[in-house]
Amino acid sequence: MSENKAAWIKKDLLGLYELSPNEITLILDTADSFKEISTREIKKVPALRGKTVVNLFYEPSTRTRVSFEVAAKRLSADVINIAAQESSVKKGETIIDTGTNIQALKADIIVIRHNSSGAAALLARHIDISVVNAGDGWHEHPTQALLDIFTLREKLGKIKGLNVVIVGDISHSRVARSNIWGLTKLGAKVTVCAPQILIPVDIEKTGARVCHDIDEALKSADAVNVLRMQFERDLKNAFPNQHEYFKKFGITKERLEKAKKGIVVMHPGPLNRGIEISSEVADGANSVILEQVTNGIAVRMAVLFLVSQGKEKP
Amino acid sequence: MKILIKNGHVVDPANKIDDTRDILIDNEKVSQVAKAIDIKADKVIDAKDKIVMPGLIDMHVHLREPGREDEETVFSGTKAALKGGITSALAMPNTNPIIDSAEHVKLLKTIIDKTSQANVYIAGAITIGELGKELTDLNALKKDEVIAITDDGSSVDDEQIMLAALKNAKKNNLLVICHCEDKTLSNNGVANAGYISTILGLRGISKEAEFKRIERDIELAAKADAPIHITHVSCQESVEIIAKAKKKGIKVTADVTPHHFALDEEALVTYDTNLKMNPPLRTKQDVKALKEALKNGTIDCIASDHAPHSKPEKEVEFDSASFGTTGLETSLAVAITELIQTKILNWSQLVEKMSHAPAEILGIDRGTLSVGKDADIVIIDPNKEWLVKEEDFLSQSHNSAFLGKKLKGVVEYTILNGKIVYTRK
Repeated sequence: MSENKAAWIKKDLLGLYELSPNEITLILDTADSFKEISTREIKKVPALRGKTVVNLFYEPSTRTRVSFEVAAKRLSADVINIAAQESSVKKGETIIDTGTNIQALKADIIVIRHNSSGAAALLARHIDISVVNAGDGWHEHPTQALLDIFTLREKLGKIKGLNVVIVGDISHSRVARSNIWGLTKLGAKVTVCAPQILIPVDIEKTGARVCHDIDEALKSADAVNVLRMQFERDLKNAFPNQHEYFKKFGITKERLEKAKKGIVVMHPGPLNRGIEISSEVADGANSVILEQVTNGIAVRMAVLFLVSQGKEKP
Repeated sequence: MKILIKNGHVVDPANKIDDTRDILIDNEKVSQVAKAIDIKADKVIDAKDKIVMPGLIDMHVHLREPGREDEETVFSGTKAALKGGITSALAMPNTNPIIDSAEHVKLLKTIIDKTSQANVYIAGAITIGELGKELTDLNALKKDEVIAITDDGSSVDDEQIMLAALKNAKKNNLLVICHCEDKTLSNNGVANAGYISTILGLRGISKEAEFKRIERDIELAAKADAPIHITHVSCQESVEIIAKAKKKGIKVTADVTPHHFALDEEALVTYDTNLKMNPPLRTKQDVKALKEALKNGTIDCIASDHAPHSKPEKEVEFDSASFGTTGLETSLAVAITELIQTKILNWSQLVEKMSHAPAEILGIDRGTLSVGKDADIVIIDPNKEWLVKEEDFLSQSHNSAFLGKKLKGVVEYTILNGKIVYTRK
């Protein structure tokens, strides 16, 4: 482990907005050292042996939830999955009550996904055990951005000075927000690309550049992070149909030909093939989509490990 | 019963007094205001280094009774008011039942007569159920001593109905108080639409939702030649519209809440739901504009919009939390901290904003220390600093936007009708 290990003090990971560049780098370096474990015959280390991690998911998710579960188990932790819709949340139990009850069971970490921005912060304020934000409303999805950045760092050797384009429904995207913070803190230049109606007000104040033309944005891009057009979220769709979106903003082989050779294509998943990304690109040589998934395990192992060491409350 | 208040810095803008004076209270009334009064009194209060002013008048208070006695009652609310130096309050009608009929007015009146600790005036609703569809019977409400009407919490969307309401209100000599919000524009938002709502991932409330409706309501008021009062103005654009209207000679008055001129949207970064209000906290620029508007008179007075909420309604996700902050016990201190300390207003101007102007706007005979009037008087220590703590509140609800903040200025004595009804411990 690097010397910086002692630098992680927070009991929670709620977002990248409040992290310093050093803290983000610490997570990435820690993830590096955990990556190797998943290549072993016996994919386990005892780092969180005897600890209990509870996945408290108020929104449906397979990918993120399974990823956290695999990560926790590879650290030898015990994992409990609560699908809120099947729990007493249906009887009206509050987030705080759910949290204090889980704490009373002497769990160690709660990984929470919720459809309301700020839900993770609300939980973290009211309990002493660790809280990891697995996505809260439109606000942040820190582990997703961390694994995106980890993948970029691995592929391109650095983050500083990179031009990264994020394309899709920026206004409702927690993945976009977390990526903006993580990337800009580490010195990358971020461009968000979408029709005006899907660009949130004053987003330029974060340091991100706004562009409405994907071809223009891709010209100087080292990487493009393609967001899923989220049809199950409340949407102000600028397009009469999905095919229009694909025409205007879809990442296709033709579009990539006009971009930098070797441009890295990322996607948080799950894919809407033929809507925001073509199958050709998703399965092609520029795509690191599956590597993102693999790296997600290492990053989440790092996050779970670090917060279990932290004591500082929000 | 004679009470003599000696050596205080008396601030009574109605009578142009801002100087050291003694005040004699006799039999519930202000009996004498003079440089040195040498009369034997039952009680003498040494007000040296203290400010003595007419009792504050808060024209936007939610007392929650009838219906939400778990959040506040007329009794607890008025006790809290007295602690904050507020001797008269205008009760908002969005209770349960809504004060939209003579029967409901009588119900509230009975509660006030039985339990109120301060002067409470009643505002009736503009429309039945505040639903914006059917006008209340203003004639009947007026007969039962309603002094103003408002659909606070909502705005009347239908122009024809609003115009009719204004004309009718004028006929009945009732002030129309407007909560200006176009709900199609505020769009279920929970925070000011801007950088902060963007980074927090919260649905935004545009300023348009407020200022466009203010524009409309002022136009309708001018059409009806009826006076109109805009409550809880929150942004620069609204201030500009009101200033323009006043220049044209339109009879419009306005108030601002302490939280709107003390706090801005940046306070929301921790998702503290005590900072969730409607209209929302805006930008630093808006705060500056509101303070300037108080100084130059575009905004006539300060009103708390005291909105008590129970813990279950506030200790939830930001999206789901109720809007509002309490204000009765912090209004004056916030005003002193943000306006007097910073020399934006002097004492005469502050008392004008918090006592005399509200009285004039509401048409009630208060807000002065004129001889012969009811002795509603507040004595404050303007320099004492205090920390806002939950456990100190007299209000039943503790959802204050100022929890944990250090404020300057405490009420030492509150006198109502010539009797000391509050003494600081």
